[in-house]
Amino acid sequence: MLKIENMTMRFGGVVAANKFNAHIKKGQIVGLIGPNGAGKTTIFNVVTGVYKPTEGKVIFNPGDKEHDITGMAPDEIAKLGVCRTFQNIRLFKDMTVLDNVFIGNHLRIKSNVFSSIIRVPSYRKEEREMLEKSLYLLDRVGLLEEKDEKAHSLPYGKQRRLEIARALATEPKLLLLDEPAAGMNPQESKELMDFILNIKDEFDLTVFLIEHHMDVVMGICEDILVLDHGELIAQGDPETIQKDQRVIEAYLGVD
Amino acid sequence: MAEDRLKVEKERILDRNTLILLGVLLVAVVVVDFFANDHVRTIANLCGIYVTLGLSMQLINGFTGLFSLGHAGFMAIGAYTVAILTISPANKEMNYFLEPIVPFLADVEWSFLPALIMGGILAAIFGFLIGAPVLRLTDDYLAIATLGFAEIIRVVFTNTQSLTNGALGLKAIPKFSTILWSWIVAFLSIVFMVYLIRGSYGKAFIAIKEDEIAARSMGINLFKHKVMSFTFSSFMAGIAGGLMATHLGTIDPNMFRIALTFNIILIMVLGGIGNINGTVISAIIVTAFMEILRFLDSSIDLGFIKLPGIPGMRMVIFSIILMLVVIVRKDRLLKEN
Amino acid sequence: MTLVEFMQHLANGVSLGSLYALIAIGYTMVYGILRLINFAHGDIFMLGAYLTYYAIVFTSMPWYVAFALAAAITGLVGFLLEKIAYKPLRDAQRITVLISAIGASFFLQNFATVVFGGRPKAFPIPSIMNKIINIGGVSINLITFIIPVIGLGLLAGLTYIIYKTKTGMAMRALSKDYDTARLMGINVDRIISITFFIGSFLAAVGGIMWGIKYPQLMPLMGSMPGIKCFIAAVIGGIGNISGAVLGGFILGLGEILLVAFLPGLTGYRDAFAFILLIIILLVKPTGLLGEKVTEKV
Repeated sequence: MLKIENMTMRFGGVVAANKFNAHIKKGQIVGLIGPNGAGKTTIFNVVTGVYKPTEGKVIFNPGDKEHDITGMAPDEIAKLGVCRTFQNIRLFKDMTVLDNVFIGNHLRIKSNVFSSIIRVPSYRKEEREMLEKSLYLLDRVGLLEEKDEKAHSLPYGKQRRLEIARALATEPKLLLLDEPAAGMNPQESKELMDFILNIKDEFDLTVFLIEHHMDVVMGICEDILVLDHGELIAQGDPETIQKDQRVIEAYLGVD
Repeated sequence: MAEDRLKVEKERILDRNTLILLGVLLVAVVVVDFFANDHVRTIANLCGIYVTLGLSMQLINGFTGLFSLGHAGFMAIGAYTVAILTISPANKEMNYFLEPIVPFLADVEWSFLPALIMGGILAAIFGFLIGAPVLRLTDDYLAIATLGFAEIIRVVFTNTQSLTNGALGLKAIPKFSTILWSWIVAFLSIVFMVYLIRGSYGKAFIAIKEDEIAARSMGINLFKHKVMSFTFSSFMAGIAGGLMATHLGTIDPNMFRIALTFNIILIMVLGGIGNINGTVISAIIVTAFMEILRFLDSSIDLGFIKLPGIPGMRMVIFSIILMLVVIVRKDRLLKEN
Repeated sequence: MTLVEFMQHLANGVSLGSLYALIAIGYTMVYGILRLINFAHGDIFMLGAYLTYYAIVFTSMPWYVAFALAAAITGLVGFLLEKIAYKPLRDAQRITVLISAIGASFFLQNFATVVFGGRPKAFPIPSIMNKIINIGGVSINLITFIIPVIGLGLLAGLTYIIYKTKTGMAMRALSKDYDTARLMGINVDRIISITFFIGSFLAAVGGIMWGIKYPQLMPLMGSMPGIKCFIAAVIGGIGNISGAVLGGFILGLGEILLVAFLPGLTGYRDAFAFILLIIILLVKPTGLLGEKVTEKV
């Protein structure tokens, strides 16, 4: 599904990621952990096109063929099937909950702008389908009740869920979650874990996630990449990682 | 049934407030058209034009979040297009006495509606051409770049004697613009804006304004949508410019300075950024006050005493109002009312 | 064109360039720290010229006192402008502050129209400066040389302040990284006020020089030069003082030489700045001496 080859990301003098390699297979749930500032979000940004890597390649293969998405624009990468949530939550604050998810459908719209203005039947049909999908996703994340409220009025935890619903609306094949469990208590984290496993099956997803909550990471990830100062210092399944000396030294956080 | 919750309700696009507003305006326009004196009718005509202008600025600034200061330029294009197309060949000869008009335009005389639409189309074309390079820039640079284009257009119009008659301007433009026309266009603009914004593309514009990075990451092509918004906005500004030209009867390049854009900004800010109904109301109020307060600029004859006019006083007051609104409302400036 | 004529044009261009540079510096300093286009800056320039006019015409001050006083008062106006129109909006969205800036600009222009009157006033040129001198067959007004000299002098003074004083260091820190500098205990309000004062002072001197070179004062005289000087700052690299100077000279020289070599394009003189702007924004948006900044996501 995703191959990152020898990717290096430099900002002036700072090396945020150094010759990073990763290979994520279809259907996997892979975790990316490491101390703060290790470069995890940078890697997400490179994969989703927000940054163009200084060196290296990113190859995305949703199943049909290989796409070299290195340095491609984020919107084109999203159209290919890669979508993400953000560490600092970037919802469309003044739009309603429903609209936030609705807009996730826009990238695949077939009607042109003029049809949308005069609302020809073909557009109305498309809009209806987009709305139905959005309502369904809101229901899935448990936000159907709040659909007409403004996104900024939601409490933190619900905002995180909304972001996931919005990302799902883009019909991704690869979903990148940036600290989805941040700020959650153990009960909520458990629900999140079940939720991720469920949507992975329901929507046929591959999941790549950054997390600090170790119970979530160890609980659902099949493969874990450990990053420290931009370098991959360990890789393996949960048991291997938990026992790895380098990881323990660098960081094996306690919640 | 469980599935009922997920059913899409049939939603009215034109919400109740907008419908009420349109209804009130319809009645008001008809009343003014039949009963009011010339002075009031002139103001009403201008109000209609500024509604369209205010909405066109809302589209690009308020809804898409792009701070464009180029409106005066697009108005100029629309105004001059309509003027050149509708002035009779005889009057054209009279106008272009310094240097004759370019041959292919000499005998052209169009009727109002085609000329007006052409004005809008030309403005839109320029919007598209200008938008393409300029819309990649961030906030402040975009403001200066669009301002730059508006000024370039003004300077070009001042110098292309054989096309635009240069600094002399154009007179004897047929006064086609009536209350009816301005307000038909205004109504169409209102309906257009509502339908656009309620649709998927309008929501994409708002998403771009809210958070460009998130919008991109959700697959929205920033460039395409920004240019789209800019082009529509320019179209509307061009039509408004054409209406302005046929209302005033004369135009010249100096009319289309930054001061014109300032008026529209004031309307947009007072109406509330992102607020269609509010913009309509503020357009009417600001335009009316602009005209009514003209007396401040010229001398007041109270019979027993003559107060000297203070040119510029009007704008002093308006600029203070603008700044007060902006400073007091600050963050709430960008929330929908 | 003869060599003599060319030298005259060159001198004019350098002169105009110095004027543009003086005003552009104010823009770039404010933008560097606040990321704000101070639309009212051009009107501050205008105020400087008018205040000097009134100082000389209505008092018996010697011209050098009047110049210094007017410039200082203008600096204060800039200080006040910041306190009233920009400080309350420091946490607001960029567009909001820009609108306030436009409002302030309009206010100043129309205020000047109301108070000073719209009819052009003749600037009182000190007789000591109003001489034509002859260099190798080239006749040039002395003022054409005085302007760059004063400009350079002020620039030297400014450079000293920026690089050799603590205040200057604070200004540099704020413009490089606003948030961190704030956390380091820098008195942000004070530094911003000083920045506005200095920028406005320089603009006032520019206004005085402009009044001497082009002695017709009008309330709107700051509008076009104001925009052009911001463009000059952008061309050189906004936020960068050397860039502002470079941009000012490029624009000034370019304008004069354009008209000199292509007299048919005289009417397009003003458009020259805008065309340069579009080119720079397309080719190197950060400006000739500017740096690229990446946004942290």
